[in-house]
Amino acid sequence: MDFEIIKEYYPLFIDAFYLTIKLACYGVILSFLIGLFCMWVELHRFKFLRLVCNAYIELSRNTPLLIHLFFLYYALPKIGIKLEAFSCGVIGLAFLGGSYMAESLKAGLNAISKHQIEAGYALALSKNQVLYHIILPLSLRVSITSISANIIFLFKETSVVSVIALADLVYTTKDIIGLYYVTNEALFMLCVAYFIMILPLSLILSLIEKRIRR
Amino acid sequence: MSEILFDLDIYKRLFEGLKVTLFISFVSIFFSIIGGLILGVFMSLGNKIIFYILKIMLEIVRFMPIIVWLFLIYFGMSSWLSLDAITASIIVFVIWGVFEMMDLVRGALLSIPKHQFESSNALALSKYQMYRFIILPLAARRLLPSVINLLSRMIKTTSVAYLIGVVDVLAIGNQLKEVTLLTSNFAPLYIYTIIFFIYFIICYPLSKISKILEQRWS
Repeated sequence: MDFEIIKEYYPLFIDAFYLTIKLACYGVILSFLIGLFCMWVELHRFKFLRLVCNAYIELSRNTPLLIHLFFLYYALPKIGIKLEAFSCGVIGLAFLGGSYMAESLKAGLNAISKHQIEAGYALALSKNQVLYHIILPLSLRVSITSISANIIFLFKETSVVSVIALADLVYTTKDIIGLYYVTNEALFMLCVAYFIMILPLSLILSLIEKRIRR
Repeated sequence: MSEILFDLDIYKRLFEGLKVTLFISFVSIFFSIIGGLILGVFMSLGNKIIFYILKIMLEIVRFMPIIVWLFLIYFGMSSWLSLDAITASIIVFVIWGVFEMMDLVRGALLSIPKHQFESSNALALSKYQMYRFIILPLAARRLLPSVINLLSRMIKTTSVAYLIGVVDVLAIGNQLKEVTLLTSNFAPLYIYTIIFFIYFIICYPLSKISKILEQRWS
């Protein structure tokens, strides 16, 4: 392997790295919000909204992200909704991650004892107050493990967005292979980039997990 | 406009691609179940060295996205041995599936209460008999829901094999999109919707079964 040539194209890689992290961060935040919304609906037991949420969870869990992205990027413009590649990527990731987050948050909701919720009502807290002050802190202990697994999963899943011409790590690697004929070096850089991204993330997440579970 | 939805040729073509998708997923599911069971039992035997070697390998496999593995095997290996895209993707999915499966098996074996091991020792069963008659049947019950879940995840994930040029249902869908775009402006919408529901129809029953089993057996 010839690492001299890396000097030539590493700025491309840095850009791609930055874009991938940005994409994943937006995706994680949005999907957490979607998950919270599903949990809120579950608590309030709105009939129609619950049906919609469950349908959404089943649909997005059982179909690959690749097809969501194709749909967003190639099919939606045909009916007049034109989105940039970046927002397509974020929406696709949030659509996928939201259902996973909702599942883990709902599992946490089911795991805490009903007395806690009733005690909250007895103190004359409103449903939203109960959710914010009682259920979330308690259930986070249960669901933090699967939430952090979901976050890592989403960071890894960003690799799929390369199909919609978004210059992320995978796309850039393919580009570099085409431009400079340096397959092994570029693939090596790709692996290193994912290690640099995921390793600190999983360490931080496991630290947070330990703190919350203490 | 919507004649694409009722065009049988489209479904025939998509079915050709679906065969490839299902072939890849079934072959890799088959090998991962066998390999995962063996490695999982090894991992739970209590030998520290084996445990840590397997654990590190699991982390390495998990750390990188499947697409990166596909690229590594397909493009990275191409200078030493030339694999065709389907073989390369089967290799990657088998590796991934074996290690995921191993972790599930280990978890299921660890969750079996200690007294089961002790009482089978007290009955003077050999190690093979113990696993064959007591531990594995017990573990299977805890294992089955998560394994079925893994299967639906694997079928879903095989879609990324499209990126290394496997002509699966997505690739065929893209070809059809290009062709039918000439006659109908809404072609991508219809074709992607069809593929969306093809995946849904395959994966939904699996995840439903796993959920039902989980609720019934817990």
